[in-house]
Amino acid sequence: MLTNLFNGIGLGSVYAIIALGYTMVYGIAKMLNFAHGDVIMVGGYASYCTMMYLGWPPAAALLFSMAICTVLGVLVERLAYKPLRNASNLAVLITAIGVSYFLQNAALLIWSSNPKVFPNIFNMPFFQGVTASAASVSADAAAADTASSGVFSVKQRGTLITIVVNLIIMAGLTLFTSKTKMGKAMRAVSEDRGAATLMGINVNRTISMTFAIGSGLAAIAGVLLCATYPNLVPTTGSMPGIKAFVAAVFGGIGSIPGAMIGGILLGVIEITARALVPTVPSDIFVFAVLIIVLLVKPSGLFGKTVREKV
Amino acid sequence: MNNKSKNAFLNYGLVIVFFVVFQALLSTGNISSLLKGLLVPMTAYMILAISLNLVVGISGELSLGHAGFMSIGAFTAAFVEGVILNNIKMEGPLSKNLGVQILIFVISVIVAAVFAAIAGFLIGIPVLRLNGDYLAIVTLAFGEIIKNIFNCIYISIDETGVHISDKNPSLDASFAGKMILEGPQGSVIKKVSIFAAGIILLLLVLIIVQNLVNSKAGRAIMAMRDNRIAAESSGLPIKKYKLMAFTISAAIAGAGGALFALNSTGITPKQFDFNASILILVFVVLGGIGNMTGSMIAAALLYILPEMLRELDVQKYRMLIYAVLLIAVMLITNNEKIRALAGRVFKKKDKVSVKPEAGKEA
Amino acid sequence: MSEKKEKEFVLETNHLGIDFGGLTAVDEFNIGIGKTEIMGLIGPNGAGKTTIFNLLTKVYEPTRGNIILDGKDTHGMNPAAVNQAGIARTFQNIRLFDKLSVEDNVKIGLHNHINYGLFTGVFRLPKYWSEEKKAHEKALELLDIFGMADQADVRADSLPYGAQRRLEIVRALATGPKILLLDEPAAGMNPSETEELMKNIKKIRDDFGIAVMLIEHDMKLVMGICENIAVLNFGKVIAKGSPSEIQSNPQVIEAYLGTKKENA
Repeated sequence: MLTNLFNGIGLGSVYAIIALGYTMVYGIAKMLNFAHGDVIMVGGYASYCTMMYLGWPPAAALLFSMAICTVLGVLVERLAYKPLRNASNLAVLITAIGVSYFLQNAALLIWSSNPKVFPNIFNMPFFQGVTASAASVSADAAAADTASSGVFSVKQRGTLITIVVNLIIMAGLTLFTSKTKMGKAMRAVSEDRGAATLMGINVNRTISMTFAIGSGLAAIAGVLLCATYPNLVPTTGSMPGIKAFVAAVFGGIGSIPGAMIGGILLGVIEITARALVPTVPSDIFVFAVLIIVLLVKPSGLFGKTVREKV
Repeated sequence: MNNKSKNAFLNYGLVIVFFVVFQALLSTGNISSLLKGLLVPMTAYMILAISLNLVVGISGELSLGHAGFMSIGAFTAAFVEGVILNNIKMEGPLSKNLGVQILIFVISVIVAAVFAAIAGFLIGIPVLRLNGDYLAIVTLAFGEIIKNIFNCIYISIDETGVHISDKNPSLDASFAGKMILEGPQGSVIKKVSIFAAGIILLLLVLIIVQNLVNSKAGRAIMAMRDNRIAAESSGLPIKKYKLMAFTISAAIAGAGGALFALNSTGITPKQFDFNASILILVFVVLGGIGNMTGSMIAAALLYILPEMLRELDVQKYRMLIYAVLLIAVMLITNNEKIRALAGRVFKKKDKVSVKPEAGKEA
Repeated sequence: MSEKKEKEFVLETNHLGIDFGGLTAVDEFNIGIGKTEIMGLIGPNGAGKTTIFNLLTKVYEPTRGNIILDGKDTHGMNPAAVNQAGIARTFQNIRLFDKLSVEDNVKIGLHNHINYGLFTGVFRLPKYWSEEKKAHEKALELLDIFGMADQADVRADSLPYGAQRRLEIVRALATGPKILLLDEPAAGMNPSETEELMKNIKKIRDDFGIAVMLIEHDMKLVMGICENIAVLNFGKVIAKGSPSEIQSNPQVIEAYLGTKKENA
């Protein structure tokens, strides 16, 4: 049971990091960015390629994929979403879905649908930044698969790292939004875009910044996700993306602590359900709990209820 | 005749022309076998687009789980077909027994619509208490739940009757029955629906939806969409009408799903996932929210487009091209300058076309 | 309250009040409106006038007190039920069904008087045609009160502002109310339009034999057509009476007309 809880928090932490991206973008740009899940996939492939083909150490690969995803996120926002600032929500939603298809199919062309086995970075002296050659990476992964006792401890280490990374990100984001000028601008834009503009806040820059942060976090989530579930395919990001979206709504979309709590709860529910009722797909429970929560609290755990003025 | 009924009859005419053209191509053999195979699923998706437009365009609620209702209809049809074939004696193969085919088709579509309607009603009760994006995410959740339920159910049939289980009975050596639904592997289906049947169903759906929109209930549904508080204060029981729209839409989606299933050789739960729901939504948005003509045309074109790209040299890039086209269409149709330009052009055209018509009446 | 004679009132409130969080928005609102009376509800901005309309129509659920409509307590009714029981209203910030035609807006008002079901509508049985024809004629007749019958096919959101306000009144009237609540019906109208509106409100009262309660800032209109006026300040009634009584009430002059003089 405790192991389940631990693993649940681990998986939930990945969801939480993705959900942060969803929730920040929703809070500020008021749009459901369905392509967010696919940014995770791009992050996964970017770090995979640098590690396997160029032999970069995991830390460098992570930084590189963060850079790639940040640029990608900002680029997508500029090219596809910014022209639709005044369009209907549905138009933006469909565009985001178009972007999602685009990223998935571009990945399919580049990397094919054959799964790439992501190296087990938790098994390496990650924090010491020792260079691991491509050969030794795959050897390590193979070793981890065979030695059962080794797998367990490596898995636990991975889960622990994931949780710690999540806590650091959370603390960092909280500090960022409450202390820095840009962070305060973000909160202002999310509260009232019109008023923020009148106060001299550059709304376009703020939105770009939000996409940059969200996409950078997606890269981290991508690496953590692939390290735990090593089969990397072009659709790797879609289901975790949808679940993270659920987590964001669960916690109250637009709320940073909400995304955090929502993500972790979702992970715990999923892992616990999988352990208790293995014959029933755990997703049924994940979505059922979401429905129940929304019926009790129609705007999520930490969401604000807005009363319509008559 | 007023504008509304003119529009309605225009749509019936459009469907009939569509049918005549393709039927002529079919009977003269001037049609590729690929396109031939696409005609019925395309009609099914036109029905699905009309169904979703009833929720999104007329009722004004965003649903992201419509494929769930489609799958209920599809698997119901598989089930009905299995039961009928198990209880009927016929000579020769099914393809030679037109009467049995019609029987299977009609009963399947009706039962599928009823089952989907029940699901829509039960799901609608909690869902319609929510608003906006929250409502959308809950429909997504229900769609995923339906898919996952079908993923873990095994239905078989033998002399003792129908058996439902969460384990696969065909793995058992003593199993002597016939599988109807085999979890993730889905159902094997004997093809019965033909293009003409699909067109008749499409016409029926159009008549129902267009008459609904132009009736007391349709007005009430649109009034709620435009202003909930004013609708309530005008004495409309809004929960009743929201639920009515949602249930009817689910029933139609179920009928469309049955048509889709009965034209295939097999269906799997995965075919009706989130991406399928989104596909239908894309038809509705590109065809114009609330515009039934647009929904049908968009569904037909967009269903055929990726398949047509398959035939060209660009096969490898077809989904990429599809994605780019989708984004481009959204950006172009929402560009303010282009909109203003289009507005001017169309206004001029309108003025020109009004004159001869007025002359005719005089 | 000794002069209150139960049966004469179409609408009566007792100790009506509502709190938002800790804030008391309306308190001790006691009023009785005669069956064909035109009553004005006036008071400075933020006094709670629209909140009272929202309470009477159950857009908000009252925290305290009760509302008696034609002898029946409306407790537990939702806005739709209250409308069916006989209260119809217009809105300060116009709420029309924008994408529907003018005629269809009125037909929504007639909704509960059109008698056919879903099946009849979808399959266009004879009842559908006869009931829709009746509704069409009734809608045009009602629109004609304000001379708007020729705009029946226009989309509601393409009407000019004043016409939109008039359409809201027609829609409310179509529901067949016993009392009509008008929230700033003359807002945004020019003096001649206001003049016309005054005549029409009186005409509606006389022809339909219903009560009218209106919120208005245009004192010429209020003093011109209201038989009784209640003055609201900070959620409480500070004065009730005929127009001449209100005009000479020192409390009113201080709270309401007084401030107006300062501004002027």
